[in-house]
Amino acid sequence: MEPTAKLQKVKLHQSLLQKTMLLAIYNRIKRIAFGRQGNDGLVFKLFVYALLISVGFIYLYPILYLVSQSFKSLNDLLDPTVLWIPQKLYLENFVQAWHVLNYMDTFWNSVLNSVVPAIGQTVSCAVVGYGLAKFRFPGKSIIFGLMMITFIVPSQVVMIPLYLMFNDYHMLGSSLPFIVPTIFGQGIKGVLFILIYMQFFRTIPTSLEEAAQMDGAGFIRTFFTVILPISTPAIVVVMLFSTVWHWNETYLTSLYLGDSMTTLPLMLKTFNDSFSRLYGGGAAVGGKHQNINESIRMAGTLLIVLPLLILYLFAQKRFVEVVDKTGITGE
Amino acid sequence: MKMTKKMREALTGYALVSPWIVGFILFMAYPIYYSTYLSFHKVTISADGIVTEYIKGDNYKYAFLSDPEFVEKLLLFIKTAIGMIPIIIVFSMLVALLINQPIRMKGLFRAVFFLPVVITSGEVINELFSQGATAMPLVEKYGIIEIIKDNLSPAWSSPIISLIQQLILILWFSGVQILIFLAGLQKVNRQVYEAASIDGASPWVSFWKVTLPAIKPFIAVNMIYTTVDLFTNSFSDVITLIKDNMFNLTTGFGYATALAWIYFGVIFVFLMLILLLFRNNEDVNVRPRRRRA
Repeated sequence: MEPTAKLQKVKLHQSLLQKTMLLAIYNRIKRIAFGRQGNDGLVFKLFVYALLISVGFIYLYPILYLVSQSFKSLNDLLDPTVLWIPQKLYLENFVQAWHVLNYMDTFWNSVLNSVVPAIGQTVSCAVVGYGLAKFRFPGKSIIFGLMMITFIVPSQVVMIPLYLMFNDYHMLGSSLPFIVPTIFGQGIKGVLFILIYMQFFRTIPTSLEEAAQMDGAGFIRTFFTVILPISTPAIVVVMLFSTVWHWNETYLTSLYLGDSMTTLPLMLKTFNDSFSRLYGGGAAVGGKHQNINESIRMAGTLLIVLPLLILYLFAQKRFVEVVDKTGITGE
Repeated sequence: MKMTKKMREALTGYALVSPWIVGFILFMAYPIYYSTYLSFHKVTISADGIVTEYIKGDNYKYAFLSDPEFVEKLLLFIKTAIGMIPIIIVFSMLVALLINQPIRMKGLFRAVFFLPVVITSGEVINELFSQGATAMPLVEKYGIIEIIKDNLSPAWSSPIISLIQQLILILWFSGVQILIFLAGLQKVNRQVYEAASIDGASPWVSFWKVTLPAIKPFIAVNMIYTTVDLFTNSFSDVITLIKDNMFNLTTGFGYATALAWIYFGVIFVFLMLILLLFRNNEDVNVRPRRRRA
């Protein structure tokens, strides 16, 4: 009788020990998995990563589709078993799209239509932003009101009078309708750039300018020798955004440029026609008649966004910093 | 001496701002005046130049009463915009909240979500859309579109369907908004979260009670930005219509400007509604951007 009771006691003890150990392990796992505060556990982290990666995938889906599609030969395109990865790397699409887009010429047109206005905006908006950030003068609030108007009035309202005006000055068909307004701090999203500069200049301590003025520098000289050199982040941001937005502008570009000049994004509209002129209709290059397929169009689209993709690859940090550094949100 | 310094400062200020003022008069004020003028006229182009003929409000009347396309397209666009704005705001807030968690590769995710802002132009978007690169494959598979078609009147089902079909594109408009929300989230005081969690608030509760009130002004900013962005984007059918009418012989410049003004009116109403929506709480500053002004 006695040994069994003892054994039972030991067993009980053991099971109790096991239970507490299990509980401890359970708690430990629970803490690792769910964390102490609810947002530092492993499960939560996995959940966040899973969500971010899947949403990111959906986000990139059109671009991945674009890349995959543009490398497909006609056979791959028609073959339903080929979904994402083409059977072989087929580059002919790009060669054809390159010719159809007349790439080098169009590319330089695009550069002319985006980089030059961007330089204009970078300079003029800096001057205006400096004036608004650092000087007190009556009527400033009126200017801010006017700026709000410029921000919300869509370009459609003013484009017809501007079209007539540019027509009078024989500027249509050249890049001038884009360059001239930027000299005056207008142009695509000019107000936004002025605000970016303004917020940035405000973070520069006044004592710096006062020191320069003590040394006898005037307002203008202070601006060029003291303010501008330390404002590189704002300058780069404005330059990048202005370039990109001018590059991507197609609505006004097609209106102002007409047929005499064309930019890369605009070429997409006439892509089919240009293609059949080059490759279709019997008298094509090498006598080979060929129909356009979507892979060629996709290759063309990829070529059009490629300069921007490359720019983004290198300047990605700068683009993303815009809100942090310059405080667009302006608290 | 003090007076002259003040005057000098003001004069320098004016001098620096003057290019913008000149630009505003040339490229904004005058065109606004002239387009108002044109919208009340019939404009014909002859050999001697532009001939205008005063026709009172006929352009506007024609737009609402006789134009076969305009009202329909405008309504469709308004409905789409009403659908798009909440989607963009909620989505960008969600992504911002996710990125704001203590995770690795924050920069990479931020870069991914900002990418479309850099590469999308109207033509590229149209191209991607027409090639079907923007439709989510799953949505088509499960026949969601059919369900919507069967259960709703065509007036509402068509905008909803177009929303679903363009979902990725809509999400693509969220890049800037995500950054703005991120900046807002980073400004929320960490200690408030700690205090809330000591008081026993779960992350869910502290999102509603701490995070959301703190970023409310940023929601307002984002809604304004989204509205302006959507309406001025070449994504909209209405602005294509405006341009078509410009070079249409029967309608011409006068009618096109009238359409543009109506379009602006719609934008203005949208912005006013947003401001009204956020004005109820007097502790929330509706337009933080203007506070410094």
